[in-house]
Amino acid sequence: MAELFIFFEQIYKILFLLIPVLVSVAMIVWLDRRVWAFVQKRRGPNVVGPFGLFQTLADALKYIFKEIIIPASSNKVIFILAPIVTMTLALIAWAVIPFSETFVLADINVGILYLFAVSSLGVYGIIMGGWASNSKYPFLGAIRSAAQMVSYEVSIGVIIINVLLCVGSLNLSDIVLAQKDLWFVIPLFPMFIIFFISALAETNRPPFDLPEAEAELVAGYQTEYSGMMYAMFWLGEYANILLMCAMGSILFLGGWLSPIDLFPFNVIPAPIWLILKILFLFILFALIKAIVPRYRYDQLMKLGWKIFLPFSLIYVVLTASFLMYFDLLPGN
Amino acid sequence: MIAHAIIFYIFSLIAIVSAIMVTVSKNTVNSVFFLILDFISISCLFIMIGAEFLGMIMLIVYVGAVAVLFLFVVMMLNVAQQKNEWFNSSGRSSHIPVGLLVSIIIFFELIIVIGGWKYKPDLLDSIAIEINTDLTNTQSLGGVIYTDYIHLFQLSGMVLLVAMIGAIVLTFRQRSGVKRQSYFKQISRDRKDGIELVDVENNKGVKIDA
Repeated sequence: MAELFIFFEQIYKILFLLIPVLVSVAMIVWLDRRVWAFVQKRRGPNVVGPFGLFQTLADALKYIFKEIIIPASSNKVIFILAPIVTMTLALIAWAVIPFSETFVLADINVGILYLFAVSSLGVYGIIMGGWASNSKYPFLGAIRSAAQMVSYEVSIGVIIINVLLCVGSLNLSDIVLAQKDLWFVIPLFPMFIIFFISALAETNRPPFDLPEAEAELVAGYQTEYSGMMYAMFWLGEYANILLMCAMGSILFLGGWLSPIDLFPFNVIPAPIWLILKILFLFILFALIKAIVPRYRYDQLMKLGWKIFLPFSLIYVVLTASFLMYFDLLPGN
Repeated sequence: MIAHAIIFYIFSLIAIVSAIMVTVSKNTVNSVFFLILDFISISCLFIMIGAEFLGMIMLIVYVGAVAVLFLFVVMMLNVAQQKNEWFNSSGRSSHIPVGLLVSIIIFFELIIVIGGWKYKPDLLDSIAIEINTDLTNTQSLGGVIYTDYIHLFQLSGMVLLVAMIGAIVLTFRQRSGVKRQSYFKQISRDRKDGIELVDVENNKGVKIDA
């Protein structure tokens, strides 16, 4: 009986986390389109609901009632599985994100590795979708995307090592608490920039949206998808973007910590700070989408392997030597 | 405890069934997907016995990188065709007896290992490194690998590096006539060699040497 109670308690906790995440994904799509419109001096979605806030819900409703078309020559099981994989992976990663010192669903020892592993699995949704469509454009998009995500994961991994050297633990709460005096964005500023750019590439955001480059590949791996399945790809993509923003704010911007530990700032509850930081990073994502042209594929690869990887490796050596020389290594 | 056992049996059942499906399924791409499922359930088993670091590294390395390359190879080359031919011409090909032989040898080796381990009276005494249960397993692994076995660790890293360089050297070829972008050239161009003003004579035009 007690086990059953724990089971239902966990389900309640999971719903308490997932439903706000899904709602905020819907809001973030609206915000993305709004920012994009403001940069281009348009109004953006402003008709449905106050300020157009319910535009995404209206879009989702439209997608739900549209017919799902499954191509005759596709591999049907994998074709249907692909958006499900994308969506699931984007949502399960939220289990380890700490919103405050106590408010975290699973405070596991290897939290950052879990995040890294889940984000590296994200490539499967795209490969499966691209291959199962059995069509040229989706397949090209899937191959591009796989190469791109695998390459930029490498540099994200090295950047995480930089942060871990300063923390001495893989636990996300420990990583946040280690930034109590100094956010890592200050000593590791170059790494923050590289993390931000790699996150753009990892989530297939412009200027690195080559997997779905409409000028060359129609819509890349999403070409054959329609209705609800397309909407799931789309929601999964935005949930992933939010997750990358959360990861960035936990690794570099001090997670739930307030910027200064003084009166007006430290009354604001911890989760609000994390949400504000995620929003800040997301608005940067949206601005970059609006102002930067798309990269060419060879430039993208060159940037990942020949510039980011060596630079972040050198920075690992620098960080390690600095910590060693001034005897700042954590854990002793 | 019962829930733990149930979850364990679910994961191990998935692992075994998907391992069988890797060899049985006729579509090679499906085999790779079953292999990925196998990796994932095995890393779940690792996490269940408390080796969370190994489980996560298994996910990152095998599922996140190695299996992606497998998928690439299987999707790009037409391995499916070859495998189908193997299946259809089972009378002539000799790979099934060889595979059976190898798997029987591995099976007996496993039995010997497990038997020796089970009937050893003082198992804990034979472990060379003392186990500190206070540390998380990431810390204790790091302590063992980077202090006691640092040379072996570096050596295995070198082996991987050599393999990588070998693969690059074998597949690298310099193609001629490929236009490459050179950032240095682009930036160091200035007005003098970029623009030329020419007085064009009427009805003659300008000759541009390419």
